[in-house]
Amino acid sequence: MWQGIEMLFQHPSVNVKYILDGLFFGSIFALAAYGLALVWGVMNLKNLAQGDLVILGGYFTWYFQSALGWNPILTLPIVMFIMFFFGWAMYALVVKWVIDKDLFTSLLATFGLALVIQQFINLVFGPETQTAVSELGKIKFYLFGGRIVVPEIRVVGVLLCAAVAVALIVFMKRSRTGQAIRATAQDARAAKVMGINTDRVYALTFSINSAICGAAGALVAMMFLVQPFYGITYSIRSFVIVTAAGLGNLPGVITAAFGLGVLEGYANNILGASYQQFIVVFALVVVLVWRMIRLRKARMVLE
Amino acid sequence: MKLTTKALSFTIGAAALAFAGIASAQETLTLGSAISLTGKYATNGVHAQNGYEIAKDLINKGGGVDIGGTKYMLEIKYYDDESTPARGAQLAERLINQDGVEFMLGPYSSGLTKAIAPVTEKYGVPMIEAEGASRSLFTQGYKYLFAVLSTSEQYLASAIALAAEKAESEGKDPSTLKVALAFENDPFSLDVRAGVIDDAAKYGMQIIIDDKLPRDLSDMSATLTKVEALQPDMLIISGHSKGAATAARQIAELELEIPMVAMTHCEAAKIIGKFGASTNNYFCPTQWAETLTYSDSLFGTAAEFDALFKATFDGYKNVPYQSAQAAAAVMVWADALSRAGSLDQDVVRDAIAATEMETFYGNIKFSEAGNNIAKPMVLRQIQNGEYAVVAPSKWASAEPNLTFK
Repeated sequence: MWQGIEMLFQHPSVNVKYILDGLFFGSIFALAAYGLALVWGVMNLKNLAQGDLVILGGYFTWYFQSALGWNPILTLPIVMFIMFFFGWAMYALVVKWVIDKDLFTSLLATFGLALVIQQFINLVFGPETQTAVSELGKIKFYLFGGRIVVPEIRVVGVLLCAAVAVALIVFMKRSRTGQAIRATAQDARAAKVMGINTDRVYALTFSINSAICGAAGALVAMMFLVQPFYGITYSIRSFVIVTAAGLGNLPGVITAAFGLGVLEGYANNILGASYQQFIVVFALVVVLVWRMIRLRKARMVLE
Repeated sequence: MKLTTKALSFTIGAAALAFAGIASAQETLTLGSAISLTGKYATNGVHAQNGYEIAKDLINKGGGVDIGGTKYMLEIKYYDDESTPARGAQLAERLINQDGVEFMLGPYSSGLTKAIAPVTEKYGVPMIEAEGASRSLFTQGYKYLFAVLSTSEQYLASAIALAAEKAESEGKDPSTLKVALAFENDPFSLDVRAGVIDDAAKYGMQIIIDDKLPRDLSDMSATLTKVEALQPDMLIISGHSKGAATAARQIAELELEIPMVAMTHCEAAKIIGKFGASTNNYFCPTQWAETLTYSDSLFGTAAEFDALFKATFDGYKNVPYQSAQAAAAVMVWADALSRAGSLDQDVVRDAIAATEMETFYGNIKFSEAGNNIAKPMVLRQIQNGEYAVVAPSKWASAEPNLTFK
């Protein structure tokens, strides 16, 4: 433990790397978490298949590169497009029928979906781990006496994360459809009375989420690797981020995702790699307890 | 033309009749195996099954196995364990209790073997397995479990020995070497790690990083950041294909220069194809390679096995060692059964325990605990995009490319 802390001072450039990596990796988790925040906020759906959508997107990118020889960066919009319609189909086939049922039903249904997607990937693409190679270069610079190498694909991830965030905010605030989505999120029944086709709004929301997951997946395939059963990691991470940030809080989601990314790097250094994941969940517990204490002040009893 | 067809069909018919006549005069002996044909181990499960099949067919083609004067044809009954240990254990019960199987071949992976061994042990059914390398399988005192492959703690022993040898030849004390370890937190990788730590301690090497990575590892940049800061002489990685793929990608991305990088599962992760020249000089251990000079009377040399396998099954560019060792397990069965001269399970068990044979896969001789102690792990290095055997020196086909700073 002390050795790790000592290293942070002896090699200051290590700090820069942890912070940069935290931002880079955080941006991917932020993408998946946006999508979750969206479906959770608008449809009140806790989508347990979130991570599996990410992995499916990654497999498309891998497939387009390895079988068709396409440049993986260029597959990104194509994957988003495919995943959008995949999301639509998923909504029409499954989600639509459970959306107004109780929490337990929708949890079970999306968990079932997760299993189906996993096995689908496993049957179609096989169980091996796969990676797509982005063929992008690296940015190198020196800081605090250490060399820092940043693969450009990671920068693409951050930019994409920012672009999707901005696009989402503008879409939600300015467009009629965005307004309709927000109206439905506020009060579905009232929105229906006002002539909003809530069913379409739900379908659209779920498809947008699916497309965002697809984008995250494409980046995952280019930065890390994909395996049919890896979805759960991204599901858990999204849930942690959204829960910690609070619903409908996009800046919160981004901050939480980046914060967790940086925290992980330091946890690895100071406590050891085996605590890297523990610290993520521990951070969630701390946030929830802290929030409970804060809410306690506001809590009152009706006499 | 018509006549020839008729003649031909007659000949085939007669041959079939004659063959049926022979077959009915012979007994069949059924080996049982729960194997992963679907689920996450499906690829390697099929590799293993192909290995079993090729050896079984060749043995049957040579007239089967002579057990106490009667010729037996081998047959293998498979069930798909779906890559889940619980299912594997159920299927082993079913093979033994319902199908009356008295002799077993192993499943794929240490995890499945761990689940099935207690069942075969309970019924006193001997099992020869080829795909479970975990050391912990051989510390339980199992009497009926035998494995033809080298156990996991030996995986990287030759890499450490090579590093020490090289350091000495450069006039350096091996104890000055600094080692960084990055291992997945799963039973197999931790076994490999235990072996590495023992070997490193033997030479007094200093372990400066010892990271246990999560099971769903897909990123090790935090570990590699430490590696870049502390500059070890050796980086050793084990975490199945995902560990190899992650390490190969991120070492190249961060442009780390480490004198010696050794990792398991290079081939399974296809790192040469994916990451190209950046993987040159990596060291990769393997159970078996087709360039080795081992040979036997059934398959011939390792290279001949390789050729036959590729001719029998479509779609193999390289023959995986998983298939080679599976074939070797069937060879051990044939050998032990014919030496036992009886179908009594305990007699057969003792015959297996007394095995001492040379195969294309390597020598086979079991320890008290049931693991194979006659075959060393082979260390290969990626040289110009090809795997070249560099240790042990007796079978090496190339010089290792390694210099410590």
